[in-house]
Amino acid sequence: MGESKLDLLQGTLDVMVLQTLESMGALHGYGIARRIEQVSGDEVLLNQGTIYASLVRLQQRGWIAAKWGTSDNNRKAKFYSITRAGQKQLARDTAYWQRLKQVMGRVLAIQGGER
Amino acid sequence: MKHSLQEAFNRVRAFFSQAQLDQELNEEMTSHLEMAVEENMRRGMSREEARRQALIRFGGVQQARELHRETRGLPWLDVLKQDLRFTFRTLRRDRAFSTVAVLILALGIGANIAVFSVVNTILLRPLPFRDSQQLLRIVEKDPKAGESSKTYSADATQDFQQQNRSFQSVSGYFAFTGPNNFKLSGNGQPVPATGMLIAEGFFETLGVEPSLGRGFRSEEFVHQAQPAALLSYPFWKRQFGGDRSIIGHTVDLSDKVDLNNRSVTVVGVLPETFDFGAVFSPGAKVDLFVPYIMDDFREDGNDLALVGRLKQGVTLAQAQNEADILFPQFYFAHKHPEYGKGYTAQLTGLKEYVSGKLRRSLIVLWCAVGLILLIVCVNLSNLLLARMAARSREFAMRSALGARRLRLLRQLLTESLVLAGAGALLGLSIAWAVLAYLAHQGSIALPLLSTVRIDGAALAWTMLIAVGASLVFGPAPALRISADNLQEALKDGGNGTSEGRKHDRMRSILVVTEIALACVLLVGAGLLLRSFLRVLDIDLGFEPSHAAAISVDYDDEGKAENRAAIWQEVVRRASMIPGVEAAGISDNLPMSRNRSWGIAAKGEQARADNVFTPIFVYIVSPGYLKAMGMRLLEGRDISWDDVVNNRSVVVLNETVARQLWQGKDPIGRTALAGGAEAQVIGVIADVHESSAEDNAGAQMYLPSTKQFGPEGSYLVVRSKLPPAALGTSVMKTLREMNPGQSASEFKPIQGLVDHATSPRRFFVLLVAVFAGLGLLLASLGIYGVISYSVTRQTQEIGIRMALGASERRVQLDVIGNTLRLAMIGIAVGITASVIIARLIAALLFHTAPTDPLTFSGMVVLLGCVALLAGYLPARRASQIDPMVALRTN
Repeated sequence: MGESKLDLLQGTLDVMVLQTLESMGALHGYGIARRIEQVSGDEVLLNQGTIYASLVRLQQRGWIAAKWGTSDNNRKAKFYSITRAGQKQLARDTAYWQRLKQVMGRVLAIQGGER
Repeated sequence: MKHSLQEAFNRVRAFFSQAQLDQELNEEMTSHLEMAVEENMRRGMSREEARRQALIRFGGVQQARELHRETRGLPWLDVLKQDLRFTFRTLRRDRAFSTVAVLILALGIGANIAVFSVVNTILLRPLPFRDSQQLLRIVEKDPKAGESSKTYSADATQDFQQQNRSFQSVSGYFAFTGPNNFKLSGNGQPVPATGMLIAEGFFETLGVEPSLGRGFRSEEFVHQAQPAALLSYPFWKRQFGGDRSIIGHTVDLSDKVDLNNRSVTVVGVLPETFDFGAVFSPGAKVDLFVPYIMDDFREDGNDLALVGRLKQGVTLAQAQNEADILFPQFYFAHKHPEYGKGYTAQLTGLKEYVSGKLRRSLIVLWCAVGLILLIVCVNLSNLLLARMAARSREFAMRSALGARRLRLLRQLLTESLVLAGAGALLGLSIAWAVLAYLAHQGSIALPLLSTVRIDGAALAWTMLIAVGASLVFGPAPALRISADNLQEALKDGGNGTSEGRKHDRMRSILVVTEIALACVLLVGAGLLLRSFLRVLDIDLGFEPSHAAAISVDYDDEGKAENRAAIWQEVVRRASMIPGVEAAGISDNLPMSRNRSWGIAAKGEQARADNVFTPIFVYIVSPGYLKAMGMRLLEGRDISWDDVVNNRSVVVLNETVARQLWQGKDPIGRTALAGGAEAQVIGVIADVHESSAEDNAGAQMYLPSTKQFGPEGSYLVVRSKLPPAALGTSVMKTLREMNPGQSASEFKPIQGLVDHATSPRRFFVLLVAVFAGLGLLLASLGIYGVISYSVTRQTQEIGIRMALGASERRVQLDVIGNTLRLAMIGIAVGITASVIIARLIAALLFHTAPTDPLTFSGMVVLLGCVALLAGYLPARRASQIDPMVALRTN
């Protein structure tokens, strides 16, 4: 079942979390994890537990804020939302990943015979 | 990087709110899992399956928690906290070990802090004066005649002050101030006080300013000036209760030498930090300062001890060159050019002058105490090794559970740091107590000792040696775990299987080191102790025991006849006190202050070099020689007849008598002494007048007549009664004769000798204590190793005994093992000691650095201690019951 799943690169989870919060608004940890899994089409190998380390890191950097609230099915949960600083950071990260994607694309497109 | 700063701040905050954050995380994770279970159940899974899947997707609750903690907090601090907590737990569990280790460390570190503080105070720290490196002491190049040749006349001082170009200022103090030379009267009993006469500019030269009131003014240094005084801080506190309003008021002060009673204006109080005695005359306390008025002393000869402050940029060598040109031109007295001229001057940094002589002793002390610390470290290594053996399974288990080697090393190092830290704290309090005691020992004649304290430098030193020590003793067991094979350690369960021989050897090497170090300390202490005993054995030329002295006040109106009558009456009455064997008066006592004149033999061909030999002068009453226990070799003592008839007679010591008349009988010959003719009536055995260790110089004893005036007077009484008991009756007698007699102390003469030998006693005592400590630690080390090896070999011994080995045989084996270690240690130690002993040869007195008695004594002592340390485990070994030993495992 897991043989084809992607291992997460260092730092990518943080970007995913920021993007998720940016697009979905306030969410609790489970919601974020599920959302990432769904969006990635279950291609990412995510131990859901690791999301909390990422959340606390982003929170300490001031990129997201947290507030206790109640979930749809009446359960106490911490809701996270992206901050202004987080949005700026997300913009920077997005630009970075776009560039990286392009570069990687070009590099990997080099054909053996074109020397 | 704004966010990194914010993050760091948040991390620190998180570190201090662990519990709350953990709690929140737990809640979050719980609801996370519940939501996951719910969702899974909605998809049609059974409850168990839903839960299982949720947990799989979550991926390890504990790991998530750890990761969370690491991310949000300060992981290294967490680890340290963990290490510390664990360390405290293990140390608490092993309370006996911890107590012993901390105690040993506290002794070692405490001794080091104390000695460092003493060394720092006397050697390293600059003198407590502004720009103290500019301060110089000026003395004659060849100080043969005691204090008199370390001083200059008023005229010579003034000449130098005016003519030199190297000094900002030159000043001095009157070097012949005896203790309690003043009497402070006023409310109640008159109180004796020690007043120092200081020349103009003395405090300015040192850079000391009164903390209250003002310093002396120039007009207070002229003849017939309005008398003024500066008080020392302790005297002001003690005598005037720290009353600020005393400034500008007068007090009644009488000078015991010229006996003038004056009302003196207190113009100021010196700062608490200024301790004249600590720098210039160790062990002495000075209560007040009065101006030295040059015009009053012009004809008194050399009496000023000079101190100068160099100008900025002038080197010692330049100043010395100038002094070499100037001093030989100075006349002793301008009014009397016939007295001649020609001084010499040796300039020495004040600091060097004050403590230079002690450098070697202090360094030896420092090394000795360093050795102690080394022995402590070795001992601790040994203890830790033994403990490690018991803990090897614990460590193997931890590493099997995933602890990396570095983590284990860190754990061990944390343990040794904690031990050293605890030791250092306890050591600090030990050192503090010792130093507080030392600082109040007026009887130890070491300069600056009264200012000793634990300062920043000492604290830094403490940190350094604590960390250094833990690095020395900590790694020993650490090396062991790194070398250990995990599997072997886990397997190596019982006591039965013999442990790696390698560790055995390591422990033996440690013990041998310890013995060798203790050996060096013992030899050093032994040699110093023998030197000290030799010093005590010296024939001082007088009998210090059973004699005591008291300063006598009287008013003779400056007339010699009156004085003679008063002295005679004092001696007569004192001799009549029950229990008194002999009594007499002298103006100076041996081994306290001294003064010197010149002497020559009349009629003898004046030898080419110099007519006058410097000679110590004592103005004495009849009976003084007997009261002091001085031995008359020839002729007779001074008699009251001589005094009453104003006869000029003199008693000489052996050395000068032989020197002046070259073996011819001196009795009846005439000497030129202190500018007058005197007939030699007696010769006494040499008296050690300035210190026990120096050779006796020339001395003469003169009656108090018109020609020879005393400087103060001490009544010396010889009696078998204790001084305290005698003191009351002597004081009563003196009060009857003179109600103004001040309440001075009745001091045993032995005290003078003790004071003179106190630096040596101080060093011997400390080194001996260290040697004792070293011996104790070494014996502990031996005991530890042997005892441990017996425990480990219980089974082996059991088997041997079952096969027929006798108790005796087993005992002998263990003891033999001990002695083998001891002998190797002693052999190494002796080799090292021979080298060390040569280095301290300069500190020894009439003792060879290879003193066979010391060396053999050390071998016997160490051997016996080793034997004892080995005997206890040996006995235990021989009492092993083979059956029990073989069964228990």
